[in-house]
Order: sequence, then structure tokens, then C-alpha cells
Amino acid sequence: MSTTIATTKPNWWNGGKSPFNLEYGKLMMWYFLMSDAFTFGAFLISYGTVRFSSNSWPDPNHVFNAFPGAGHSNLPLAFVSLMTFILIISSVTMVLGVHAGHNGDKKGVTKWLIWTIIGGIAFLSCQAWEWTHLHEEGAWWGRNPFPNANGTVASTNFTNFFFTITGFHGFHVFSGVIINIIMLIMTQKGVFERKGHYLMIEKAGLYWHFVDLVWVFVFLCFYLI
Amino acid sequence: MEHNTATSEISFHHAPHSDEDFKKRVRKTTILLSVITIIELGIGLSIYTIHKGENPNAFLVLLFKGVVCILTLAKAYYIVTVFMHLGDEIRNMIMTIVVPLMLFIWFIGAFLWDGNSYRTNRNTYDEHYKHQTLDKPAPSEDTLHHGFGG
Repeated sequence: MSTTIATTKPNWWNGGKSPFNLEYGKLMMWYFLMSDAFTFGAFLISYGTVRFSSNSWPDPNHVFNAFPGAGHSNLPLAFVSLMTFILIISSVTMVLGVHAGHNGDKKGVTKWLIWTIIGGIAFLSCQAWEWTHLHEEGAWWGRNPFPNANGTVASTNFTNFFFTITGFHGFHVFSGVIINIIMLIMTQKGVFERKGHYLMIEKAGLYWHFVDLVWVFVFLCFYLI
Repeated sequence: MEHNTATSEISFHHAPHSDEDFKKRVRKTTILLSVITIIELGIGLSIYTIHKGENPNAFLVLLFKGVVCILTLAKAYYIVTVFMHLGDEIRNMIMTIVVPLMLFIWFIGAFLWDGNSYRTNRNTYDEHYKHQTLDKPAPSEDTLHHGFGG
């Protein structure tokens, strides 16, 4: 076990080692994610500002009430909960993949990465269906067929923010899937085995969890509140 | 558990969780996240039912929305500390991430306040806008969106 150093307090600032006990790339991934959090935060807060400046706003339960194959039945929150659970589960499979990497278990990493990729693709498919459905109902950037909750005509702010923010998040999911596919190929080729560590999987994992984290807030702001 | 030290930057590895411990922790967090999400959905559906009923209680809706926000923060906390392992890092490193995020406290407060004041000003000085967004049908529900302090 390599934890013996932890008992005597190390002098972190002597040089020759990371004062944060982190590999450079992983630390930079954290700082990238922090800046990305501000980007998403700015988007969501501008949505909040515009919503607070409006006398009324469309009711999400009336807008998002469809489910694939359920025809015209009224099922508020049903489809988006499915999407949320898909993303949570794919986050769990990613944790298991990172853990397998810790143990140098190539087979485990491969298996869990494949499950994570499947989860990501499932989420993207759900989003594609939702966007198509809304588009068919006449919603798009610059077009909003949904009335305000008080029955007055709504501005296009609602659809503009919805498509921009869920689109930006969907783009993150998409790049996450691509990154995971690259990780899978590299694992298969034995790149990490030769390097002797699977730290790259940890960085991809951080990005993937961040995507899940952002969805938690998108889910709150657009569907619940 | 064979930890490799191929990267010289890393001085020690975090207290090694045994596979058993790790699995327990992940299972617990997964269940927690799922349960919180289900509670959120329950609250979301209650808000829907309140809106549908006669005379929706604006205060209750606001309260439910506040509860959902807190639950979401709890979910975010568990994702970051357990799944992203931020909780296992060195304190100094955690602070370089968490302290800048404090900016959000001002960010959210200031900008929602700004939006609300714009709405008030517009309702005072722009009769046309007020008429268009409030007067047409029964204006009882608009109270739901009267931001800060209801």
C-alpha cells in the first residue's frame, strides 16, 4: 500500500510534486469544469432574469407532457424523468468504470465504458425525440405556440431559452459520448495498459459527471419550477 | 489493490477503499440520488395539481419550488463529492474550486432582483405591456410569477 507517506505531514510546496496531490491534467480538467459551470450558470441566470421580468410564463407541465408512443395522453414530467434517470445511471456506470481503472482492470473499464456510452446515446435519442415533437407542435427559436400560464400570449423568450440551453447541454453530452468512445478505443488498443495507469479515464469521468450535474439544474429550471 | 505511481506528481493515493466499501458507497449514493429525484417529481406533480385546482395557493407553490431547489443542491453535492471524488482531495485544492463558485450567490441574487425590478418598472410605465400580459383573461394566476418575496 502506498499510503504510508500520509502519516507524516508532507511539505507540499518543496517542489518536485503537485501541492494539490493531483496530476496536472486532472487539475486542469477541474478548472475547465469550473469555468464551464459559470457558462451554464450565466445561461440559466439570464433565463431567470428574463422570467422574473415577465408578468407570466408558459407552464412547463402543459408544454412537456408527451411520451413516445403514448399518443395525445397528458403525461406531465414523465418523459423528462426517464431522461434524468438515464443520465444518473450512466453516471453510476462511469464511476464503476473509473474504479475498474484504479484496479488496472481492462475488462472492467471496457464493460463500464460501453454501458456509459449506451446511456449517453439513449439520452441524446430522447432529446432528439423531444425536440422533434416540440418542433412539430410549432416551437422553435423565434416561434412559441404555447400561451402563458395566465392565458395571455407569450413571447418567444420561453422557446429561445429552452432550445439554447438544452441544446448547449445536449452538445456537451454529445462531446462526452465522443470522448468516451475515444477512451474505449484507447483502452482496447492497450494504451493505458502500456502507460501503467488509467488516469485518462478519470478525466473523462469528471467531464461525464459534470454533464450529469448540469442536467440536474436544467431539469430544475425548465421542468420543475 | 495495486495502485501504480506512474505519475511522479502524485505523492500519495487516497485512503484505499476496499472494493466492498466502494460498492457500498456507490450503491448508497445511487439510491439517494434516485430517491431525491422521485421526491422532486412528486413535488412537481403536486405543483401541477395545485395549478389545475380552483384558486391555486401561490404561497404553497412558492414553498414547493423552494424545497425543490434545496433538493437539487443536495443532489449536486452528492454528485460532486462522491461521484467526482472532490471530497477525497486535499483541502487547499477543494477551496480553489469552491471559493470562486461563491460568486454565484451574488450572481443569482443580483440578476433575479434586476429582472424583478424591470418587471415592476415596465408595469408602472408601459401600460400597453401590462395590458397585454395581465389583463386579457382572468389575471388570478399571474401572482405565481411575482418574483422576489412573492
